[in-house]
Amino acid sequence: MADVRFIDEVCSIPGGEAIRSCIQCGVCTGSCPTASRWDYPPRQAIAMVRAGLRDELLSSNSMWFCASCYTCTVRCPRDIKPTDVMHVLEVLAIKNGLSTKRSRTPVMYQCFVDSAKGNGRVYELGMMLKLFLRTNPFAALKLAPVGLGLLLHRRLPLKPNRIKGIGEIKVILNKAKALGGAK
Amino acid sequence: MKDYSYFPGCSAEATASPLGLSVLPVAKELDMDLIELEDWNCCGSSPYGSVDKLEATCIAARNLALAEKKGLDLVTPCSNCFVVLHEANTHLEEFPRLREQVGEALATARLGYKGGVRVRHLAEVLYRDVTPEVIGAKVTKPLKRLKVAPYYGCQLVRPGGFDDPESPHSLDEVVASLEADVVPWQLKAHCCGSSLVMPEPEVALELINKLLRNAQENGAQCLVTPCPLCQINLDAYQSQVNRRFKTKYNLPVLFVTQLIGVALGIRPEELGLSRNIVSPMRVLAPYL
Repeated sequence: MADVRFIDEVCSIPGGEAIRSCIQCGVCTGSCPTASRWDYPPRQAIAMVRAGLRDELLSSNSMWFCASCYTCTVRCPRDIKPTDVMHVLEVLAIKNGLSTKRSRTPVMYQCFVDSAKGNGRVYELGMMLKLFLRTNPFAALKLAPVGLGLLLHRRLPLKPNRIKGIGEIKVILNKAKALGGAK
Repeated sequence: MKDYSYFPGCSAEATASPLGLSVLPVAKELDMDLIELEDWNCCGSSPYGSVDKLEATCIAARNLALAEKKGLDLVTPCSNCFVVLHEANTHLEEFPRLREQVGEALATARLGYKGGVRVRHLAEVLYRDVTPEVIGAKVTKPLKRLKVAPYYGCQLVRPGGFDDPESPHSLDEVVASLEADVVPWQLKAHCCGSSLVMPEPEVALELINKLLRNAQENGAQCLVTPCPLCQINLDAYQSQVNRRFKTKYNLPVLFVTQLIGVALGIRPEELGLSRNIVSPMRVLAPYL
């Protein structure tokens, strides 16, 4: 069912505000290195925001294939920043519990955020292990040689690096939570 | 000697440690004083901004607030840190409501940010402040006949970049200043798949294969990049690409600071050359 407020919801988050001026030219989709994988490629995703097809889009795998290469952003003739729009759609999908299980990317992002919050710096080994435990432990076996290579070349420290100001991070984020999201 | 606040980024301490190691001796040799921002935290990277925009801007802003106290440009060697800190800066300027909320959150840690920090990528500083001419004048081991493909990746040149976003040239000029042969190739600013390599390896391996093939077909003996994620994807995942696509790439991928370091005569140990997964020692042997 069409949700006419969806466009306002997207526009209310920094980065989403420009899509009203989209002319559906398709330069974004034509420029996207991963578009063939998206349920709804960028041009169509923007059309769906304007048509109010909220749940269909937010539960799709589309935006999770955005690699943040910004090619669409520098090419858009209307100065829309489709990369930022995709980030906004990801935020809304997570916030509304709609993010797809057909991609491991939402879980990876969450693992990344937990790591950044927990230590103040990202602990890459811990984040990778958590991602595979939470998604598909067997997929980890396939990538084990990569991890081992990094480990043997002293590029994957076994211990996390915690910052002194981790308490500051916690109070800042608590306050952010209390303020209830960027508006 | 010019002073900068230095933001290494999380990967420079781990998966991109050859970058973290090689930046310092090279900067010293080029008369740059990189003063590490004390107790910096993760910039948030692209994932945080895709989970919670306000929280992401807040943690990026803690770094900006710490840097503002120092009054120096904030320089990072990581393309993703650059894009994220730069975007936080821009959004804080453009969206007053966001600025107000972030200000309230920072105040709980007795911090504040007025918007006065200039976020810069190390590759831009090397090109604009140090300049290829000055780098060239300090070369003691000219990299003559070494065929190098400069790989820019995405986030150094897009969206807030200092170079042409589709056909950049700054890194070409830096490589040329080391007297190496710059390999022209079509995909020098195309995407490597970035962090999608972990959750969606199939997608990223395909993109990495295209890049390696294009560089090799144009005669490259090695690639050079300023970006941690690009280096990891092209270097650490090269064996996966070989397995998946039945290819036989053996292309070393160096960080730009490693290549500059070799040409400046800095010892290999200081440049972390043994940490590259595809060993660069064979192609670099004539210059070490």
